[in-house]
Amino acid sequence: MKKTFLLLLLLLSVCLCSSGFAAQPEKEIKAGFIYVGPVGDAGWTYAHDQGRQEMEKLPFVKPSTFIESVPEGAESARVINGLVRKGANLVFTTSFGYMDATIDIARRNKDVVFMHCSGFKTAVNVGTYFGRMYEPRYLSGIVAGKMTEKNIIGYVAAFPIPEVIRGINAFTLGVRSVNPQAEVKVVWTQTWFDPGIERDAADSLLDVGADVLTMHQDAPATMQAAEARGAYVIGYNSDMRHFAPNAFLTAPIWNWGALYTKVAEEVKTGTWKSEQIWWGMKENLVQLADFSSKVPAEVQALVGEKAAEIKAGSLHPFAGPLKDQSGKVVVAAGQIPADGDLLGMSYFVQGVQGTIPK
Amino acid sequence: MLEILLDATVRAGTPILFATLGAIINERAGIINLGIEGLMLIGALAGFAATHSSGSLLVGVSAAFVAAFAAGSIHAFITVQLRGNQIVSGLALTMFGIGITALFGKQLVGLTIDGFERVAVPGLSQLPVVGKAIFNQNLLIYLSFFLVAAIWLFFYRTRWGLAVRTLGENPAAADTCGVPVNLYRFLAVTSGSGLVGIGGAYLSLASTPMWIENMSAGRGWIAVALVIFAGWSSPKALLGAYLFGGITAMQLRFQALGTTVSAHILQMLPYFFTIIVLVISTLRLQKGASQQPESLGLPYDREDRK
Repeated sequence: MKKTFLLLLLLLSVCLCSSGFAAQPEKEIKAGFIYVGPVGDAGWTYAHDQGRQEMEKLPFVKPSTFIESVPEGAESARVINGLVRKGANLVFTTSFGYMDATIDIARRNKDVVFMHCSGFKTAVNVGTYFGRMYEPRYLSGIVAGKMTEKNIIGYVAAFPIPEVIRGINAFTLGVRSVNPQAEVKVVWTQTWFDPGIERDAADSLLDVGADVLTMHQDAPATMQAAEARGAYVIGYNSDMRHFAPNAFLTAPIWNWGALYTKVAEEVKTGTWKSEQIWWGMKENLVQLADFSSKVPAEVQALVGEKAAEIKAGSLHPFAGPLKDQSGKVVVAAGQIPADGDLLGMSYFVQGVQGTIPK
Repeated sequence: MLEILLDATVRAGTPILFATLGAIINERAGIINLGIEGLMLIGALAGFAATHSSGSLLVGVSAAFVAAFAAGSIHAFITVQLRGNQIVSGLALTMFGIGITALFGKQLVGLTIDGFERVAVPGLSQLPVVGKAIFNQNLLIYLSFFLVAAIWLFFYRTRWGLAVRTLGENPAAADTCGVPVNLYRFLAVTSGSGLVGIGGAYLSLASTPMWIENMSAGRGWIAVALVIFAGWSSPKALLGAYLFGGITAMQLRFQALGTTVSAHILQMLPYFFTIIVLVISTLRLQKGASQQPESLGLPYDREDRK
């Protein structure tokens, strides 16, 4: 009895291992999402959920399942597995820390397509996706550089990882392209989501004289701080202008719907294959939110021009010559850094005041 | 700079202070409450929802108190009436609070209200250094000052306060003297929970006037630890809450000023101080100055004579 069972098990595992991923057209898409925060965070997870809802408008997409506030790391594997068990044939894991769990579950479920946001590991049935947020960040920097009067701009930042550092640098380059005197001060909160700390960090930047703020956080607390103290603010993640009706200028925002819709269509037709998607403004995955009336028409026109250049590929925010804080040339004149260098960025450019904790 | 720092310290410390005061009232009556985090969220949501629909901050704060009072009565019923395990019940209350606020808070995300504004005390707010931090704050902060004094007076200068403290030390003795043990314990748990709710409302009505899921972000747990640091005394709770809030405010401002000290070291400071403070208070305990209520965590049953 035991032997037959073992034999069966062996056979089964051989079958499972040998079935490599072959793209099959699917009748309908049953998608599953795991989110790192609550849908109600008004930021990162909220933006993903908007994308999910847009994807559901496709006729062949069944109502999808999403699970909120899933801790990163080993715990997430159990949750991803649960989605697969419930019959999802397309799974989106929307935070960096789900990377290893996604790869692990994907290895055992070859008939399910996995898309992992912001990671770098792929497999036959695992693709990655992320956006070139630095493009609209650069544009929002131009707005900040034009609007600041004291030439001090504050940046509330979450964790010193390449994604955040890249955003700070792109923003600063945008600022400096129109206002070489301005400085960008950075304060690290070491949390993605804690409204109290974010508010306090924003206040600390206002206390040292910043008159324009921006942030890389999941909650809109920075917006409220700027509104309360009469400063300007540039949002992030999603259009949060109603939190700061007077202070809001614009915001670099995500439009995940553009990508989720495309992936769902590809999986449906069986044309999906594993790749590392890194879309920018051209593909409309990242955008600049509509300007508030506080932004003068000529600044709006200038940003419009630069946006067109970025989409056409003639302007790259990180094009050389590029110097780091110490003045060392990191990108030579005429050079454009490779995507790999951008993804691993670990230095501040000139114009940033602050240190990257080592 | 010192003035700004003091001001930020008071603002960051106040929600933790309310929660710590509430927890002290609970534990003085002998009931451990690990539901603080959940109660803060319930207070934050109730306060925000009531303010949004009524337009009145006073209604919001009252609603926060009432909602947390009601949620606390669950814990009180389980631990006082049913004599259940206080740790388990408290943890359940935290999870309950996180879940139920997420559920009912969904439609409130993204809404805005006008939060508490600073109200300057005429004359005193002009004092150098401390003027802004103490006499130019919002009404909730003034309320917290009042409560610190009132709770101390209650426990050490009134008969009722003495009776509640006895419940934490030796409920059988209190019972012998005719103190209604279960009633007083019930009221201590629920009213303490109500105060914790106001701490939550401080977050959603004053600190960041909005509702976001899980917006207390662990402050309830800090309060649970601060009760021990404070030695179950309200003035020391004020000290502890401001110490914690102050170090957080300070490290952010050091960064904004552009110090060359590593942000990691600065961010370690609050926890480093917590350790130091625990070592100091434990050393004091070893000298025989135990302030922990003797019957803390033990259910009381009149028939169960020891």
